[in-house]
Amino acid sequence: MSGTLVIDVAGLNKHFGDKHVVRDLALQVREGEILGFLGPNGSGKTTSIRMLCGLLTPDSGRGSCLGFDVLKESASIKRQVGYMTQKFSLWDDLTIRENLDFVARMFGMRKRREAVAQALEELGLAGRRDQLAGTLSGGWKQRLALASCLLHEPRLLLLDEPTAGVDPKARRDFWEEIHRLSAKGITVLVSTHYMDEAERCHQLAYIAYGVLLASGTAADVVASQKLQTCEISGAGIQGLAEALRQLPGVDQVASFGNTLHVSGTDGQRLQSSLQAFIAGRSLSMTAVAPSLEDAFIRLMQASQDQFRG
Amino acid sequence: MNAYNGFSLHRWLGIMIKEFIQLRRDRLTFGMIVGIPIMQLLLFGFAINSDPKHMPTAVVMADPGPFARSYVAAMQNSEYFRIVGSVDEREADRLLDRGDVQFVVTFPVGFHRDLVRGQMPTLLVEADATDPMATGGAISVLKHLGIEVFAPDLPGLRQPANAPVDLRIQRRYNPEGITAYNIVPGLSGVILTMTMILMTGLAMTRERERGTFENLLATPATPFEVMTGKIVPYILIGLIQVTLIFLAARWIFAVPMHGNLFLLYGVVLLFICANLTLGITFSSIARNQLQAMQMTFFFFLPSLLLSGFMFPFRGMPEWAQAVGSVLPLTHFVVLVRGILLKGNGPELLWNHVWPILLFMLTVLALGLKTFRKTLD
Ligand SMILES: Nc1ncnc2c1ncn2[C@@H]1O[C@H](COP(=O)(O)OP(=O)(O)O)[C@@H](O)[C@H]1O
Ligand SMILES: [Mg+2]
Repeated sequence: MSGTLVIDVAGLNKHFGDKHVVRDLALQVREGEILGFLGPNGSGKTTSIRMLCGLLTPDSGRGSCLGFDVLKESASIKRQVGYMTQKFSLWDDLTIRENLDFVARMFGMRKRREAVAQALEELGLAGRRDQLAGTLSGGWKQRLALASCLLHEPRLLLLDEPTAGVDPKARRDFWEEIHRLSAKGITVLVSTHYMDEAERCHQLAYIAYGVLLASGTAADVVASQKLQTCEISGAGIQGLAEALRQLPGVDQVASFGNTLHVSGTDGQRLQSSLQAFIAGRSLSMTAVAPSLEDAFIRLMQASQDQFRG
Repeated sequence: MNAYNGFSLHRWLGIMIKEFIQLRRDRLTFGMIVGIPIMQLLLFGFAINSDPKHMPTAVVMADPGPFARSYVAAMQNSEYFRIVGSVDEREADRLLDRGDVQFVVTFPVGFHRDLVRGQMPTLLVEADATDPMATGGAISVLKHLGIEVFAPDLPGLRQPANAPVDLRIQRRYNPEGITAYNIVPGLSGVILTMTMILMTGLAMTRERERGTFENLLATPATPFEVMTGKIVPYILIGLIQVTLIFLAARWIFAVPMHGNLFLLYGVVLLFICANLTLGITFSSIARNQLQAMQMTFFFFLPSLLLSGFMFPFRGMPEWAQAVGSVLPLTHFVVLVRGILLKGNGPELLWNHVWPILLFMLTVLALGLKTFRKTLD
């Protein structure tokens, strides 16, 4: 894919006290791309996103966001960024309409009333516009938050776990909306824990303990882990996970429905161990392409080994 | 791009409107607005007594004879009076009006002669009685002073019935020495100090604790817009409170209202703004609502004690007066007494207006400097 870089940062660092929360982060996102930002809790995703839109000052680093310097021009960046916070942070004691109206005023929108009315219409909330935001359910809060950060027609969306705690239908609608926006040329950086969502992104970045461990397309990320994976199925398979994990050549075991994905970086050893294991048991084994989830489990384990010794 | 970094009326209005709406929905705060003035009015209705000394006193000397001089010396020695100088009548009036002196003592023409002849010359003492607590002790001392000073030279005075001078005491501004007159103007200031700082003190920390601050920060709103926009609704609340207090003063305590109402509200407005600025600055320094509350009380206590509201200003030690003169409440109390009880006009007020202005601007600058534009 070609196109201008909307986010182009390198060497971003952030400490809280003596805790090094983000280490030498480098990210590049092209215009219109959807970047999935993944990593376990506490790995620094929120911190990174906040640094991109000027809500936190990086301790060091350089780069640009929408062509503006991330360190010096955060005021200009804010004007063209729609930032959706991880926790719902609109005003509970304002109504839906008042919240949108306030945000529209903050961004100095010319046709404020029309924009707010239209947003309410698109949200399907026109009938409940006078309901206090605090009384909305999780899914509606999420839609309201998205609507409010789209009001001023930003060129870049920074969405921090936008679908946490939202039902599947709402999640599907949400992702359709994201792809519509992306098609219009809006760049999206979205952090998530959901594997199916990661698969909907054009690009992925995986961060753990503040370190970017992998990035690229889903295929790139999977390939980068150099995993060999075997799928094992059969009766009583779930009880065998622990035994499988102890075999030489097996790095990880993950259950996928009624099957187990057993993966290792050394294909030969993996194969021979497994063959010996299933012999005499009523199990079947097939070599499969490692999935994105297998790759993420690998990444998570590797980072734990690295940082926890 | 530059236009965005400057002040935007749109955004400022937006912040103001938002604050108005939120305030309207906040029942507790609304209860406070009405409840606090009434509660405090009752609490402070009773004065606390005290006996201040070294009160500035001007002398109008129409007869500079030796008796007059020894009388002045005796006043000084009594420690209740500090003679600031000898002036003419017009100047004396002005000093009293501005509150620069507490007393003016006038020795009439022929004081010495009449005294020697036993004709009881009139000694006129004019007291600024807006704060009756401050003058009571000093006046009772004056009553005994005559006999003590003149007895050695005028043997005819040995009998207590023969007072040497005809001591006339004029209590200006509050002839009956009613404490409520003094309490009510001061109380309006105390209530404003407390409620204004407390309410705005919570304004920003509330956003921080609820997490909405992050959303606010993600918008292009500038610190100045946020700080000043947020305090506007509270100005209105302050004005409502003051009106409640003044009405109560008028109808419950029958405090006379002499001065110009516009002037009064002008002063009130300035004072409200000064307190709100302090509150919002506390709010931007504090990490949470508890800290903001602690800062408020840390400021409120000295205001209460050192402003001349609880204890007569001139009765306080010098260091306390120095601290007190920085506090807006000190000047507000003088201003409101001046306007309400003395009917002072604008020309007399500037002396106590600029310290409040200076306080406000300094605090605003500090607030803007400490405003955190990030979540760091
Ligand atoms: N304001 C803060 N002060 C101190 N520590 C923080 C702050 N914000 C985040 N952290 C810490 O930084 C680490 C990364 O947090 P975060 O960026 O929220 O991770 P993620 O969004 O990936 O879950 C966590 O250990 C968290 O406790
Ligand atoms: Mg997070």
